Amino acid sequence: MTTIYQARKIVTMNPSRPLATHIAVRDGTILGAGSLDELTGWGEYQLDRSFADKILMPGLVEGHSHVAEGVQWRFVYCGYFDRTDPNGVIWPGVKSIEEVIARLSEANAALSDPKQPLTGWALDPIYFNNRRMTRQDLDRVTTTRPIGIMHASGHIMNVNTMALELAGMLRPGVNHPGVPLGPDGVPTGEMKGPEAMTPLGPHVGLDRGLLASDEPGLRAFARLCVRKGVTTAADLANLLPQPAVEMMRQVTGEDDFPARIVSLRVAREISPAELVARVLELRTLSSDRLRLGMIKIVVDGSIQGFSARLLSPGYYNGAPNGLWYIAPEQLRDIFERALAAGIRVHSHTNGDEATELVLDTLEQALRKYPSPDHRFTLQHCQLANAAQFRRMRSLGMCVNLFPNHHFYWGDQHYALTVGPERAQRMNACATALASGVPLAIHSDAPVTPLGPLFTAWCAVNRLTASGRALGTEERISVAEAIRTITLGAAYTLGLDGEIGSIECGKRADFAVLEDDPTEIGAEHLKDVRIWGTVQGGRIFAAASI
Amino acid sequence: MTLPIPVTLIGGYLGAGKTTLINSLLRNADGRRLAVLVNEFGSLPIDADLIVAREDNLISISGGCICCSFGSDLVAALIDIRARGQRIDHLLIETSGVALPGSIVQSIALLPGLAIDGVIVLADAETVEERAGDRYMSDTVRGQLAGADIIVLNKIDLVPPERVAAISRWLAEIVPGARVSPAQNADIPSEIILGRQPEPQPIAHRIKPSKHRTAGYEALELEIDCPVDAERLAAVLADPDLALLRAKGFLQKLTGEFVTLHVVGRRSVVEPAPAWVEGPGRLVCIGVAAEMDRSAVLVALGSDFHLLQSPRRN
Ligand SMILES: [Zn+2]
Repeated sequence: MTTIYQARKIVTMNPSRPLATHIAVRDGTILGAGSLDELTGWGEYQLDRSFADKILMPGLVEGHSHVAEGVQWRFVYCGYFDRTDPNGVIWPGVKSIEEVIARLSEANAALSDPKQPLTGWALDPIYFNNRRMTRQDLDRVTTTRPIGIMHASGHIMNVNTMALELAGMLRPGVNHPGVPLGPDGVPTGEMKGPEAMTPLGPHVGLDRGLLASDEPGLRAFARLCVRKGVTTAADLANLLPQPAVEMMRQVTGEDDFPARIVSLRVAREISPAELVARVLELRTLSSDRLRLGMIKIVVDGSIQGFSARLLSPGYYNGAPNGLWYIAPEQLRDIFERALAAGIRVHSHTNGDEATELVLDTLEQALRKYPSPDHRFTLQHCQLANAAQFRRMRSLGMCVNLFPNHHFYWGDQHYALTVGPERAQRMNACATALASGVPLAIHSDAPVTPLGPLFTAWCAVNRLTASGRALGTEERISVAEAIRTITLGAAYTLGLDGEIGSIECGKRADFAVLEDDPTEIGAEHLKDVRIWGTVQGGRIFAAASI
Repeated sequence: MTLPIPVTLIGGYLGAGKTTLINSLLRNADGRRLAVLVNEFGSLPIDADLIVAREDNLISISGGCICCSFGSDLVAALIDIRARGQRIDHLLIETSGVALPGSIVQSIALLPGLAIDGVIVLADAETVEERAGDRYMSDTVRGQLAGADIIVLNKIDLVPPERVAAISRWLAEIVPGARVSPAQNADIPSEIILGRQPEPQPIAHRIKPSKHRTAGYEALELEIDCPVDAERLAAVLADPDLALLRAKGFLQKLTGEFVTLHVVGRRSVVEPAPAWVEGPGRLVCIGVAAEMDRSAVLVALGSDFHLLQSPRRN
C-alpha cells in the first residue's frame, strides 16, 4: 500500500530535488519526493493530508549520544537551563542553590521510604557564581536520607552528610585531591572524579553503568528522540554484554519503538583481538532499528576536567597535562585489526594531542592495511587545529564536533582551560568543512540535552551561555548545519545510503516540524517547533508519545 | 580488630613484565590468599596451569587465590571484591599500561579496610629510556616511575651489563630516591612484595635463591631487646642510601607500646601492633646483595640489638 504525504514544504537534502510538496512511501521506504503528479505513477495510493501544514525534512540523526539519557530522568533535574523530559514536561532550570534545595525538598517530601536515596543530576554550580555546594546545604533537605547530585559535567558529585556516613567517609584524614575538606577537616561533600564518586554511588542511588540502560530507559530515550525530531541516534559507548544486546534487540523491535539506535562497543575490558571478534559477532545481531558492529575508543579525558591531552603549551591556567586512557600500542593494535576486519572505529579525543596521536596511529595503520572508505571518526575533537583537519582529510577521516559544549562551557574555556585564542577555534566546524572533512555535530546527551536543531543553532551562532560570540569565523551556515545533522551524521555511521535525505529508496524517516528551519533565521534555529517524527513509515506525534 | 588488607600496586608501561611478576607471585604465595585485580583480561593474564575456573570477569586460581578484571572502574571492582566476603591476605592491583600509580594510591585511601603496602613499577631495560623520551608517553612513563616505591628494572638479560648500570644511574637521576631492583623475567623474591604479614616469624629463610646471574638478595635479621624510636628508625630505613627493598619489624617504642614497622623501598609506616604479636622485637631487612648497606642499618639501630642470624647471600 502506498501512502502519499502532502506537506507545506519538504526539505529533502537531495540536491537534484531539494524541495518538494509530496512524498510517496511504501512499506517504510520512500518511493519518491516531488509533486503529487509526479508520484501518482507509483500506482494506487492513499493521500495523507495530516502534514499539509507541516514542514518535513529527513529524520534528524544524532551522531553521538548515550541511551543513558533515558535513565537520568528518574532522578531530580537540577540543571541551570530549562530541559524537556521524555514525557514532554519542561523542567525549568534552577538558578541558585536555594532553588536546588527547594526542588530537592519537594522531591524528598514525595518519597515515602525513609531509606530510599534522593538522587539528582545536571547540577552546574559554575552558574551560581561558583559558590560550591556543601553537605550542609544538602542537609537542609534531609539528614536521614542519603542524597547524591551528579553535576552536568558527569565528573563531580555532591552528597549530604548521611551519604558520607554510609560510605565511611564522614571522618577527618581523608587525603585525596578529589575530596575537598571543610574547616572541620571532614569532606565538604563534593566528590570530584570517578575515584571519589564511585564509593558514594551505591549509597545515593547512582549505580554504575550509567552508560548502560534498561528497558524503560531505552523507551524513554526513544520518546525523547521523537520530541527532538530524531529518528536515528548513536549510543556511543556501550559494553554490549549479551544480555544487554538481547534486551535492546527486543525493545527496539517493539512495533511502537520509534527510533533506530546505533550502539558502539566501547574498547574496554577485553583485548583487541577479542574486541574485534566480538564486534564482528555483534554485527550479525543487528536489526533495522538496532545497528551494531562499530568500535568506540576513549583516548583521553575532558578539557574542563583538565584530563584531556593537550599539545604544548598545554593548559592556559598551567594545569598539568591530562591523562591517556589507552596506550599508543593498544590503539594501533585495535586500528589495525579493525581495518583488516572492515570495522569502523570512533575515537574520543578532546585535546589536540590525543587527536594527533590518533592521526599518527591511523596513518601508520593505513600503510599496513590500506582501506578505502574506512570512515574512522574523531569524536568531540574539540581542540583540533587547522593542520589536523587537513590531515583528517588526507587520511579519509570524519569528525564529529561538539558545538553544544561551546555553548555550555565556552566561557570556562576562554577564561581558564585553553584561553581566549584556542577557545575561539574550538569545535572548528567551518575549518572542517573548508578542509573537506565529512562533518557531524553532537550533543553527547546526557552531558548536554539531546536536540540536533539546538546543536545546529550552537554551530551556526557560536554563542556561549553568557552571550559571548566565541569564534565567529568558525560559524557555519544554516544550510550546512542542517546537512550535518542529517546526511553528515548518517555518513559517519555508515548509513548515508539509507537515511539522511528524502529520496527514492531511502527509509521513510522524517522530522515533522511546525516551522521551517531554512526560513526561521539563524538565531531562531533552536526554537523550531517539532511536531514529531515519521520513522520507517510509522507516525509518532510528540504530543501523544 | 580486623587489619586492613595490604594492597600492592604493580605498575609500569605495557610489556614491562607486570603479568609475569603476578604469575610468579601466585606461584610463590606460600599459602597466602591473594586477590589480583587486572586492568583488563587481554590475552589471559594468568598462566593456564594455575587456573581452576573461569567465569566472566573472575578467574579462580589454585591455592584459594582469585583474579578479577576491572575495566575502567577500579574502585567499583575493589568494593565488589571485598563484598565477596572471601579471605584476602594481600591484594595485588595490576594497573593499566598508562595509569599513574600515584592517583590510584590516593583512591585506595578512600576505601576503608584497605591499606597501601607498596607500589612496584616495572621498567623494561630494553625500552624504558626510549619510552621516557617518547613524544606522547614521556610524562606518563616518568610519572609512573616517579610513583614507585621500588622500580624493578626488568629484562636485564637482554641488555649488556654496562647498560644496566647506566639505566640504574639514569633512573636514580630522574626519580630521586628511587630504589632499583634489577631482574630477569620479573623474578624478585615474593617476600619483598608480599612480606607484610603481621606475624613476626623469621622470614630470611624464605628468600629463595635466584635462578639468574644477577639478582642475588641479602637479608639481615635482628633481634631487638629494648625500646627504640620506631618512627626515626623507619625514616632511616627508607633512606635511599641504605638500598633496602623491604624491612619489617616488630618493636617496642620508647613510650612502651608495641608497633609494627614496614618499609617498602621509599615508603615506610609505623602502626600499632596487633594484640596477638608478642616480643621480643625483631627486624628483618631485605635488599639487593652487595647494594644493601648493612653497616648503615646497624648504625641506625645503635647498640640496642643483637644479631639473630648472620646476613646470608644467595
Ligand atoms: Zn560521549
